[in-house]
Amino acid sequence: MAKASQEAVIEVREVLVGFGDHVVLDHIDLDVYRGEILGFVGGSGAGKSVLMRTIIGLLPKHGGHIKVFGVDMEAASDAERQAVERRWGVLFQQGALFSSLTVLENLQFPVREYLNLSQRLLDELAVAKLEMVGLDASVCEKFPSELSGGMTKRVALARALALDPEIVFLDEPTSGLDPIGAGEFDTLIATLQRTLGLTVFMVTHDLDSLHTVCDRIAVLADGKVIATGPMEAMLASKHPWLQAYFHGKRARMGREAEAKSRS
Amino acid sequence: MSDILLESTTTGERLKLAATGAWIAKNARQLEQQVDHETGRHGKLSRVDIDMAKVERLDTFGAWLLERLVRSFSARGCDTKVVGLNEDYRALMDELHRVKMDTAPSHGAAQALIYALVSIGENVAAVGHSFSAFVNMLGALSVTFLRVASRPRSFRFTSLVHQLDNVAWRAVPIILLITFLIGCIIAQQGLFHFRKFGADVYVVDMVGILVLRELGVLIVCIMVAGRSGSAYTAELGSMKMREEIDALRTMGFDPIEVLVLPRIVALIIGVPILTFLGSMAALYGGGLVCWLYGGIDPDIFLSRLKEAISLSTFEVGMIKAPFMALIVGVVACVEGLAVKGSAESLGLQTTASVVESIFLVIVLDGLFAIFFASIGM
Repeated sequence: MAKASQEAVIEVREVLVGFGDHVVLDHIDLDVYRGEILGFVGGSGAGKSVLMRTIIGLLPKHGGHIKVFGVDMEAASDAERQAVERRWGVLFQQGALFSSLTVLENLQFPVREYLNLSQRLLDELAVAKLEMVGLDASVCEKFPSELSGGMTKRVALARALALDPEIVFLDEPTSGLDPIGAGEFDTLIATLQRTLGLTVFMVTHDLDSLHTVCDRIAVLADGKVIATGPMEAMLASKHPWLQAYFHGKRARMGREAEAKSRS
Repeated sequence: MSDILLESTTTGERLKLAATGAWIAKNARQLEQQVDHETGRHGKLSRVDIDMAKVERLDTFGAWLLERLVRSFSARGCDTKVVGLNEDYRALMDELHRVKMDTAPSHGAAQALIYALVSIGENVAAVGHSFSAFVNMLGALSVTFLRVASRPRSFRFTSLVHQLDNVAWRAVPIILLITFLIGCIIAQQGLFHFRKFGADVYVVDMVGILVLRELGVLIVCIMVAGRSGSAYTAELGSMKMREEIDALRTMGFDPIEVLVLPRIVALIIGVPILTFLGSMAALYGGGLVCWLYGGIDPDIFLSRLKEAISLSTFEVGMIKAPFMALIVGVVACVEGLAVKGSAESLGLQTTASVVESIFLVIVLDGLFAIFFASIGM
């Protein structure tokens, strides 16, 4: 795994987000460093996706600052913000592929909008991206409704990578995939991170993903980031929520199975 | 920008390419032209060296163009080498080197004539399909209706009342307004032209017969097709998209019984009521214009109306209403259930639903005209 230099590409400071009276994120601080894979965990409904959506500007915040590549997203002009948006890619939980476009058109859409390239190069790049995510040219002419869950995630990842972003946001990338598919997806993310030098912000529940690919883990509970650090630190922590999360029955069974297969 | 990103020097059969600058997405267009220029050169080459040492940045776009360069020279039988590539980009190049392009998408220009013939054929087939789907739905509906009739308790009255509220009760204001205006317009146009012949009073005949026989029911059906038919299609279509209909089926419910039958029954009950209300509003509008604009007093209007129309004029309009309601409902439900996964398909089917049902309503009106003429009504 690429070593994480200590340059923060995303800085979240004192961010406050709520719906009505209900405070979801209560003055949150979080840094994401260049070249790392950050796993962001927390209970269902704790606001993991809310933070992700706040960072990418889909949800308004009530207070605090968010800087991406050193640009304060709130103070930035439209042009500055657009320039930053071009440098990140987002994989939504359900893929969010455009249902009226084919896979090929989905992949070419952002490239066509931003860059003036020949059709041949667009086609070749789309196929290359598809192969990088483990698919091939045979899915090009399919519509998103004809794809399986795993394929949808892969195509959506390929689209998120279409403009060669520096940061990729992944919202539960392995949810809904079988363990083999999820494992492959994890490997894929790690490989792409290495080859493209990506910074990955991954919202996930998958303990295996956290074990295998994440450099650092941030834990959200009760509207606060209660811990950040590598997996070992999480396992060693005495915080009751972390204990329950990382030492619960499912986590233990996973580790035991792993230990057994090694011996 | 016209920076040179690729410089070439030839010595005999040996080509040296020196790459410089940023090989990134922003420069991809220019870079592609230079790459194609190099690969397009003629003459025999036996060896190509590509020096990447001076490249500052490389992303997938640049890396793919480099890969394209390598592939096209290799395909010509040249001994191609890439030197000086920064180790950081090695993994990316290896990744792209594995990409197989053999099944690259073909945007083959299909001949226009064949394309035209294909689309005519597809359209004809589509008309056939939608006709058989329509008949299918009528059949399924009849079977379901008979089954429900044998055990009336299984009929979904709550759903029926809900649909009646949506398609009939809530439609009353707009239907009244539109038919009232139509009545006014017909009367005004009639007065304006009939006055030239001194035949003002026959406007009452025209308004009465036209509204009760044809226009009342047609306007109402067109409104209902646009207002409720489209809603049915969109509702059923989005339920289909989100697998709700499959869920119903797996729980042992018949979607026709649960979703389609109450909707269509609601239309069959609602449309005649709306037709009646609409016809009355149109007559009222016609009478009002006759009085205010044509100087025909209301009591003269009424007595003239009594002479001009008979009960059968009214019956002709009312008999047509439930049949037209059935057509609108069946078309809307067929199109709704034909929705496939995409948002675009939902839009297409909703459009098709409204266009088809209005078309069929008018065709049916023509058939009824022939029928009533031959039985002397």
